[in-house]
Amino acid sequence: MYIIVVGGGRLGYYLLKALLNEGHEVLVLEKDVRVCKTITDELGSVCFRGDGCEASTLAEVGTGRADMLVAVTGDDEDNLVACQVAKHKHNVPRTIARLRNPQNAALFKKLGVDVTISTTDIIIETIEREVPTHPLTQLMSLDEKGLVIVDVKISTESTTVGKMVKELSLPKESKLALIIPHEGSTHVPAANTVLRAGDQIIAVTSPETKEALRAALRGI
Amino acid sequence: MKIIIMGCGRVGARFASLMDEDGHEVTVLDNDTYSFRRLPASFGGTALFGNGIDEEAQKRAGIEEADVFVALTQGDNRNVMSCQIAKHVFNVPRVMCRIYDPLREEMYSALGLETISPTKVFAQLLKDKIDKKEEKAED
Repeated sequence: MYIIVVGGGRLGYYLLKALLNEGHEVLVLEKDVRVCKTITDELGSVCFRGDGCEASTLAEVGTGRADMLVAVTGDDEDNLVACQVAKHKHNVPRTIARLRNPQNAALFKKLGVDVTISTTDIIIETIEREVPTHPLTQLMSLDEKGLVIVDVKISTESTTVGKMVKELSLPKESKLALIIPHEGSTHVPAANTVLRAGDQIIAVTSPETKEALRAALRGI
Repeated sequence: MKIIIMGCGRVGARFASLMDEDGHEVTVLDNDTYSFRRLPASFGGTALFGNGIDEEAQKRAGIEEADVFVALTQGDNRNVMSCQIAKHVFNVPRVMCRIYDPLREEMYSALGLETISPTKVFAQLLKDKIDKKEEKAED
């Protein structure tokens, strides 16, 4: 695959390395001549100095035959424009933009960017996962479906301990997928499955009903 | 008319005061309050601190009731992004975007934004002036 990466900062640099290791044809576009030189010295001629938002720069590096463009500069507006120019001027089939401001996700989708990745959200999710007492952790977001996969921990204080799944008033957008008990084997919950303290429940839900699901599962 | 101007540089400040003098309701948005010094003492509109590529800041500026949104910051991409928010999120009836880069200007114009490239306009203006002088000399 021919992949163009816009922005040779830390993220661009490590992304370039990873994609090269996977055997792809990769080119980084970077405005700063010094940054470009560092990359070239270390990894060979895989960095082109230029503005990835400019149609002429993109034309020069053969964007027309690129399978994917990934914009990972530190500025949301630059990432948006790079993706839009790639899409509309060069018909790149897949464009991915990094977001600094998570609120821009819906806007970027509306404006034709195929995939958005909010580094802020990812860092928050990862930290939340590491906080042991956190009752609900978002594991994954399925943006195209408008769903999230979450992990809810049942503790000894949960008033739902001892209740059956059918007794819980779960939001209708939610589905329980899996129960990972403190001890014993992982099982798929049925209507008469009883909740135990220490259970970890993996569920699919809409982002809006996340909190309602947590409340229904923990009862507190 | 209610007009929101993003960017209080030389052009933004001057345009704001022209529209203000004509009796329009003008709000100027800039992420550096120091640039508001360019507004004349007689300016009767609102100068608001905020980042125009942020939906919240546009809302605070009253984008939902605006008739016109004009983006005049130094950054082409900031202008493009703020204009697309104004047009596609808030459905502002008239959105105008300054884009220095002629290639980018043509593309966004094709995508339906009302764009102006000062680069193209000014180069053409200079050429026209020179052409006129030559024509006169030939006469």
